[in-house]
Amino acid sequence: MTGTVLGAPDMTRALTRIAHEILERNEGHESLVILGIPTRGVPLAHRLATRIADVEPGFDADANCGALDITMYRDDLHRQPTRAIGETTLPDAGIDGATIVLVDDVFHTGRTIRAALDAIKDLGRPRAVQLAVLVDRGHRELPIRADFVGKNLPTAKTERVDVHLEEIDGVDEVLISGTGSKGATSQDSSSPSPVSEAGA
Amino acid sequence: MRHLLDTDTLAREDAIRILDTAGQMAATQEREMRKLPTLRGRTVVNLFFEDSTRTRISFEAAAKRLSADVINFSAKGSSLSKGESLKDTALTLQAMGADAVVVRHWASGAAHRLAHSGWMHGHVLNAGDGTHQHPTQALLDAFTMRRHLVGGGKDPAATGKALEGLTFAIVGDILHSRVAGSNIPLLRTLGANVVVVAPPTLLPYGMAQRSDIAVHHTLDEAIEAHDLDGIMMLRVQRERMTGGGSGFFPSPEEYTRLFGLDGERLRRMPDHAIILHPGPMNRGLEISAEAADHPRSVIVEQVSNGVAVRMAALYLLLAGEEAPE
Repeated sequence: MTGTVLGAPDMTRALTRIAHEILERNEGHESLVILGIPTRGVPLAHRLATRIADVEPGFDADANCGALDITMYRDDLHRQPTRAIGETTLPDAGIDGATIVLVDDVFHTGRTIRAALDAIKDLGRPRAVQLAVLVDRGHRELPIRADFVGKNLPTAKTERVDVHLEEIDGVDEVLISGTGSKGATSQDSSSPSPVSEAGA
Repeated sequence: MRHLLDTDTLAREDAIRILDTAGQMAATQEREMRKLPTLRGRTVVNLFFEDSTRTRISFEAAAKRLSADVINFSAKGSSLSKGESLKDTALTLQAMGADAVVVRHWASGAAHRLAHSGWMHGHVLNAGDGTHQHPTQALLDAFTMRRHLVGGGKDPAATGKALEGLTFAIVGDILHSRVAGSNIPLLRTLGANVVVVAPPTLLPYGMAQRSDIAVHHTLDEAIEAHDLDGIMMLRVQRERMTGGGSGFFPSPEEYTRLFGLDGERLRRMPDHAIILHPGPMNRGLEISAEAADHPRSVIVEQVSNGVAVRMAALYLLLAGEEAPE
């Protein structure tokens, strides 16, 4: 199976739904902080925050949205070439007592989220942490689940899922490539262009 | 990057990568919780054959903030003072499982020897070798310059940028200074113009003939000739002035008169120019108290930036997968 799984309109609908679900679950926007995980979680977090502010004008989208870099908390640093460290930006008020919604593009093994939880622990003590992802492709390696999912996408381990976003890649789309039988070769042939941390 | 030995061989992209990483490290140091788990289980040995407090403490703080284990090994009161060779020390460190060795040595080239002799597999960071190089000092100077003179507005750390077109004066004992030895090549790599100010006796052989460096023999002349964006005062190393033939300059008073930075000279420099000093300062000799404590002095900031830059160097050398030899 190769091709586009989500187009721009699908993505818009999914994010709008998630924004409503976040408000519904938390009974409003009180002390809500939306944190994106670089690279592509950050623009997604901004989009979610903007949609939440559309629904509830009392929510300040710019002040309550940020980025959480998890590079220095990864458990696979020694297995990969050195990674560049991304930026962490938090609301001025900090995250103590806040309800954090972590945002990432692809939810895969759960290791990224584990690292994010460790990073949050060092930054403060939020009241609760929830997880919103655009695509859940399965293959969890840790007991971690998402609270808000844009699309459940059953995949083979050898397939790869790439999320492209307008802000970074110039287009909104979710692509799946490679197959179970010849996954290795098609992974090698995939271009070195924008690649999400689908496997991490 | 496997070792950090000098700035001559440091590629521009690697230098900028270290500065950018240092920017992120500095941001983590403003938090309440400053310790990161990144280098947990790694061992960093501080191997100091020469007295140093600030550099050793800075490296120690950097390694500890990244959760590495730190072993301090200094010449005084150890086997090093009993005449053990560098080779045997290296073999000992290898046997103890040092992942990185931060080495300060009185002999130029000691760090290079340690890195390339095959005695040990760890990463080597040069923390000053003789009169040769002190790369992390040059990197923290460049980081400080970039923050003040390039960054601003939305991006105070000036991520990804170099020091293109800026002009810096380095004043003092260029001949013996490993700080100058590292700063001159790094500033050139990053696109800055370098002005060197020193008495002829304290210039390395051949420097006056170099076409890419402006050389002046009094500070007034240099301030007159260039619009300086920053000035770096080097410490007059009294311990090096007295050895051998001595007499590199007639008297401390004359040195101060011709090369010392005071308020009056400061006012003749552009208003935005910053003052750097690698420390420890000889107040009243190479720098007056007025200049040292001036609002444009970034000397204290250099110290805190030093920790961030050394965290970045340790991260970039130690965090990734081990590249095959």
